[in-house]
Amino acid sequence: MSEQQFMVDAQHVRKSFGSEQVLKDISLQIPKGSVTCLIGPSGSGKSTFLRCINHLEKIDGGRIYVDGELMGYRTKGDYLYEMSPRQIAQQRKHIGMVFQRFNLFPHMSALDNVVIGPVQVSGKSESESIARGKVLLDMVGLSGELNSYPSQLSGGQQQRVAIARAMAMDPKLMLFDEPTSALDPELVEDVLKVMQQLAQGGMTMVVVTHEMGFAREVAQEVVFMDGGFVVERGKPSQVIDNPTEERTREFVKSVL
Amino acid sequence: MTQTNESVDVVARPLRHYGRWFSAVLIAALLGALVWSLVTAPSINHSMISKYMFDPLVVDGARTTVILTVISMSIAIVLAIFLAVMKLSTNPVLRVISSTYIQVFRGTPLLVQVVFWGYLGLIYSDITISVPFTHHVLWSRPTSDAISAFTAGVIALALNEAAYAAEVVRAGIQDVDKGQFEAADALGFSRALTMRRVVLPQAMRTIVPALGNETIGMLKNTALLEVLNVLELYTRTQHISSQNLAQVELLIVAAVWYMAMTTVLSVPQRWLEKYFGRGTAQTPSSKRWLKGSK
Repeated sequence: MSEQQFMVDAQHVRKSFGSEQVLKDISLQIPKGSVTCLIGPSGSGKSTFLRCINHLEKIDGGRIYVDGELMGYRTKGDYLYEMSPRQIAQQRKHIGMVFQRFNLFPHMSALDNVVIGPVQVSGKSESESIARGKVLLDMVGLSGELNSYPSQLSGGQQQRVAIARAMAMDPKLMLFDEPTSALDPELVEDVLKVMQQLAQGGMTMVVVTHEMGFAREVAQEVVFMDGGFVVERGKPSQVIDNPTEERTREFVKSVL
Repeated sequence: MTQTNESVDVVARPLRHYGRWFSAVLIAALLGALVWSLVTAPSINHSMISKYMFDPLVVDGARTTVILTVISMSIAIVLAIFLAVMKLSTNPVLRVISSTYIQVFRGTPLLVQVVFWGYLGLIYSDITISVPFTHHVLWSRPTSDAISAFTAGVIALALNEAAYAAEVVRAGIQDVDKGQFEAADALGFSRALTMRRVVLPQAMRTIVPALGNETIGMLKNTALLEVLNVLELYTRTQHISSQNLAQVELLIVAAVWYMAMTTVLSVPQRWLEKYFGRGTAQTPSSKRWLKGSK
């Protein structure tokens, strides 16, 4: 059984796409209330690992526990049983995810994007959810855009709506998959500021990112991945500013 | 090159479109000749056309045609959504059922299907619902009573159309961005909720124009129900002309009615396209090369 002080406990995770093994043996523990940044070159498996945490990708080997609960499978005796889509949805309810390409629902207003989850999935009342949605959109600085459709918003605004949408489900864990990579440079700061705010509020966050400044300032731990392995992990000051591994040093030099 | 110190308006003569003028004149001349030949044809009795255009029987036939279209199309769309979702399902049994259905109903002529449903009484003389493995009969009636010609027509049109509409719906669903499914999954949406609130509303953008076409096709195909003697527009005009022998005149009456009805159909289609297109950015018209392209 996994230790309860960990929000995410990944043990020897393996994942292949066809003949290509993307994750080779990833073990990683993420303490509750901490911010962990996954960095690494493209193709290193960091996004795939993030998507394995909420079972968007099925893993081929190892175990992933979120808040002590095995993701995607039930154990009974010595056997593993695949969960039904309904049970998996139940597990995902409290794991928020923010995507590189926002993935807002384009046919719904910003407020409707934030409200649909709590109303349809958590069964909360509509009035309560709307009130909470307004608070969340205000928190991300978009109280003036409640009725705007995603196509009327800038990339940075859309990503902040996406964060509010995930927060509306009262997540215990937030996963960020390169949240600022698709943004124009001048819009990155607003999104990072909102994420920093979440971190200060004690949210457990796993962030795949290329923003070294954010990692240095906000993360408790930085994990450098390459070729499907964790190459190096530790405090930002150590991994980013003082890496021990040659590969980490090369990567950090190329992105700074 | 001349240099100016201030911004000068662009005052240019617009591009001449000689080809448009030439083709317009040519087509107008040909069309005029055709209409003239019809108007002056001595064999066509024009007073007959205007006499029967709003004949109560004809108007009633047109009403039946509309009712047939609306009922059959509604049933077809509901069936089509199920068939499309089944065809895209991970469940192989559902996939095979859906593919077979589409194969059968697209692979045989609609006229054959219409006649088949009309002859159902020859295959099954009675329709009986009983408790399985007992002789306890809950409900039983002769097929000819239970299924009228109208019902047989609706069944034929709806089941056939469902096969075509299913492919339209499937294409629409597959057109929706993969990220939308992932976002719904990550929020813990059930599959049904994802379909209903996320995927189908977006799929409608591509589905509606195609289903508009299908509806127009359906409206015209109702004429096939003449073989079952369903009293729709074409059957009515045929009945009338079999008595007064004004075949061509009544064909023109029917054609004008069909034409009018299909024209009117484009109004709700435009309204639906606008409704389901909400939230999508419009390209400025100057960037369009083809009118209406996005």
